[in-house]
Amino acid sequence: MIAELGHYSLILAFGLTLIQAIFPMIGAARHDGRMMTLGPTAAYGQFFFSLAAFLALVYCYIMSDFSVAVVAHNSHSLKPLLYKISGVWGNHEGSLMLWVMFLALFGAMVAYFGRNLPKTLQARVLSVQALVGLGFYLFLLLTSNPFDRLADVPFEGNGLNPLLQDPGLAFHPPFLYLGYVGLSVAFSFAIAALIEGKVDPAWARWVRPWTLLAWVFLTIGIVLGSWWAYYELGWGGWWGWDPVENASFMPWLVATALLHSAIVVEKRDTLKSWTILLAIIAFSFSLLGTFIVRSGIITSVHAFATDPKRGMFILLFLALVIGGSFLLYALRADKLQSGGLFAPISRESGLVMNNLFLSVAAAVVLYGTLHPLLSDALFGVKSSVGAPFFNLVFGYLTIPLVMIMGLGIHFKWKRADLKGVTQRLMAIAGLSLLGALMTLYITYGGKIMPAVWMGIALWLLFSVLQELSVRLKLFRIPLKQSLQRFKRQPRSSWGMSLGHLGFSVGLIGIIATSSWNLEAQKVMGIADQMTIGDFTLTLDDVIPVAGPNYSAVRGIITVSSKDKPDYKAYPESRTYISSPMTTTEGAVETTLAGDLFIVIGEAQGGGATDRFGIRVYYKPLQVWLWIGAAIMVLGGLISLSDRRYRIGSPQGKKKKGSPSHAH
Amino acid sequence: MAQTDKNTTVKSGLGKSGPLKSGPLKSGPLKSGLRRKRRIYLLLTTVAVFILAVALVLNALKDNIRLFYDPTEVSEKTIPPGQNFRLGGLVQQGSFKSTETAGILINKFTVTDGNKSIPVTFEGLLPDLFREGQGVVTEGRLNKNGLFIATEVLAKHDENYMPKEVIDSLKKRGEWKRVVSDKKTAATHKSDINSEINKGDAR
Repeated sequence: MIAELGHYSLILAFGLTLIQAIFPMIGAARHDGRMMTLGPTAAYGQFFFSLAAFLALVYCYIMSDFSVAVVAHNSHSLKPLLYKISGVWGNHEGSLMLWVMFLALFGAMVAYFGRNLPKTLQARVLSVQALVGLGFYLFLLLTSNPFDRLADVPFEGNGLNPLLQDPGLAFHPPFLYLGYVGLSVAFSFAIAALIEGKVDPAWARWVRPWTLLAWVFLTIGIVLGSWWAYYELGWGGWWGWDPVENASFMPWLVATALLHSAIVVEKRDTLKSWTILLAIIAFSFSLLGTFIVRSGIITSVHAFATDPKRGMFILLFLALVIGGSFLLYALRADKLQSGGLFAPISRESGLVMNNLFLSVAAAVVLYGTLHPLLSDALFGVKSSVGAPFFNLVFGYLTIPLVMIMGLGIHFKWKRADLKGVTQRLMAIAGLSLLGALMTLYITYGGKIMPAVWMGIALWLLFSVLQELSVRLKLFRIPLKQSLQRFKRQPRSSWGMSLGHLGFSVGLIGIIATSSWNLEAQKVMGIADQMTIGDFTLTLDDVIPVAGPNYSAVRGIITVSSKDKPDYKAYPESRTYISSPMTTTEGAVETTLAGDLFIVIGEAQGGGATDRFGIRVYYKPLQVWLWIGAAIMVLGGLISLSDRRYRIGSPQGKKKKGSPSHAH
Repeated sequence: MAQTDKNTTVKSGLGKSGPLKSGPLKSGPLKSGLRRKRRIYLLLTTVAVFILAVALVLNALKDNIRLFYDPTEVSEKTIPPGQNFRLGGLVQQGSFKSTETAGILINKFTVTDGNKSIPVTFEGLLPDLFREGQGVVTEGRLNKNGLFIATEVLAKHDENYMPKEVIDSLKKRGEWKRVVSDKKTAATHKSDINSEINKGDAR
């Protein structure tokens, strides 16, 4: 019954979306206020019914209603509640349901927080949102109905892949989707602006918070996924350049570029058509990402053959949305008047370079991800482009990007004083060089590139701090006054500083953990020892453990080193009952200096049952990566809370949970 | 474009151009001329970065593409010993042997596509999901005797998951049907691979 209600709600939501797509658009063209006000109303209604449909699906999972096909295929009555719920989006149908519900949520948010937008703009934005939504509702209803019933109801469900039963992964998809869908708002604003033929600083001020919100969610989503891969998969890595990972990284790169170019539109009224293009590309990548992950197109061209209906629908939908918006862009972009001029050495130029390198980076990821598909489809050659390719290219792309970042934040708008900036930055350039040399000295005999990267990352770190101290006039005026300046800094500039600071901290972590990680493995019996770096591991015992839905072997390992007291590590290897597979629960000892990651495998080695495969990784500065990412997210959130995005600005609108609206 | 004013020297390495008056940029034709000029520099920089990026990508691709072959292709083609590639197929039943010396494992097994098979050796711990009769993808190179020296055995995170390349290869070699019927008798529950199998059957 509940499933049918859900299905019915979904159809109603589709109907309201149809209204939201058609009438506000016509109303905006005819300046018909009544038609335009249908937009927000339909958006609220659409959100209500898609939420109802989503909750109905959640209900089916919680109640373990195995007469519903997706529940039977993806859930199990013995699963903990959290994973029954997260199982909702752990599959094709459910994840699309979540996606479309978020789309409706953002539509309702635009309706609510955008009350002060010009009426025609808001109507068009809502209409474009609804047009995108129509595609998803049709896809769900025609090819992937989550409420399909099974003719013969099984007694028990298939269970969720045990690897996915993890808090990190439970919340990874929702955040990622909030990011993807958040970019749809920037996209809708871009299309609406193309239709209106007008982009001005006010437009950028409306778009920026939405992009920032999407960017924050996307960052959280990507980091959660990476963090999960790090400690759950137990292969000692945190990023594998897998198509699924790349699919989320591409929109992130473009969203980051968009975030920066929108600033130029807002402050300097220029780079308009480029910003519009970025908004279109960012959302196109979001769509691509959604479908890549769920359809398996990238892993094999033959995925299409296995389900031609879905495949054709996806292709058609992508062609319509992406092709349509590019066509509109080609027709209308020249209508956008370019504003302020800027010199080659200026804040604007720095941001243009940022955009250039980020776009190139996104193009590289796209090419590397599609290469296996293309070579298979065109030449019938099966191949893979792995991590070494991406690492190599990104290693080199990062250098100019980060150097310009460190320089650009000191530049003034319009025309910067290169000589003055250079003089001011001499000291920190020297410090970073020193840092690089010291790195070279510490890792004597190692490779040179990591030291270069370290110098670059330090350059950014120092540069951000320097820029902050200039703004606070630190050490040049009494400390008390500096503190006052500290308080008076606008939140958006804190956002900038923290974002860049987080990036440099994360970068230091990435460089260290990928350049100097140690790895060792050994088959061990009780009382055997192995060493890695300065650590010595002794396998004291291996005991069987019973969990709620798994059984495990747990290793008891004493880790001793020169500088630290001994400690015990308890890595586990779990075998799940519902689907006979194993997962590793590594024992991770985290310090600022590095992570010691111990993994125990099943008994192996010539049939002996009392000998276990132990892998150990030492990952220097690994935690810096997570700290850096957290600082970036914090920066985004602080910037999002900037008052200027809520009040004081012309027709100010905005954000989540902000009660104080304009006037 | 050498545009100078009192305290700023703005230089660009992209060739020189006609001198421009300093001072406020108000007059129409001057401004639009400057705009065009700056647009050209922007374009040139973009093109330069783009060309460098393409060169970088091509260079990186040269050494980092791993081709995938199944055992039949390996025996048909003459792959020079020492060249890295990926070999995928099924781990032949009864072929797996592993010996431990002082904590180090030497694993030997045969990878087959039902038509041809290739002996493989791998030193180190295997992923937990490695089983006889299951799909496997290994990376490494052939030695002179036609033995595949694997440097990596790729872990898959699902006991039923069969790498796509292996599925395609098995279909091509007509081995898929047999694997499917084995699976069906073995499998007690449906999941992704089974729906994959059903779809494979339907075709």
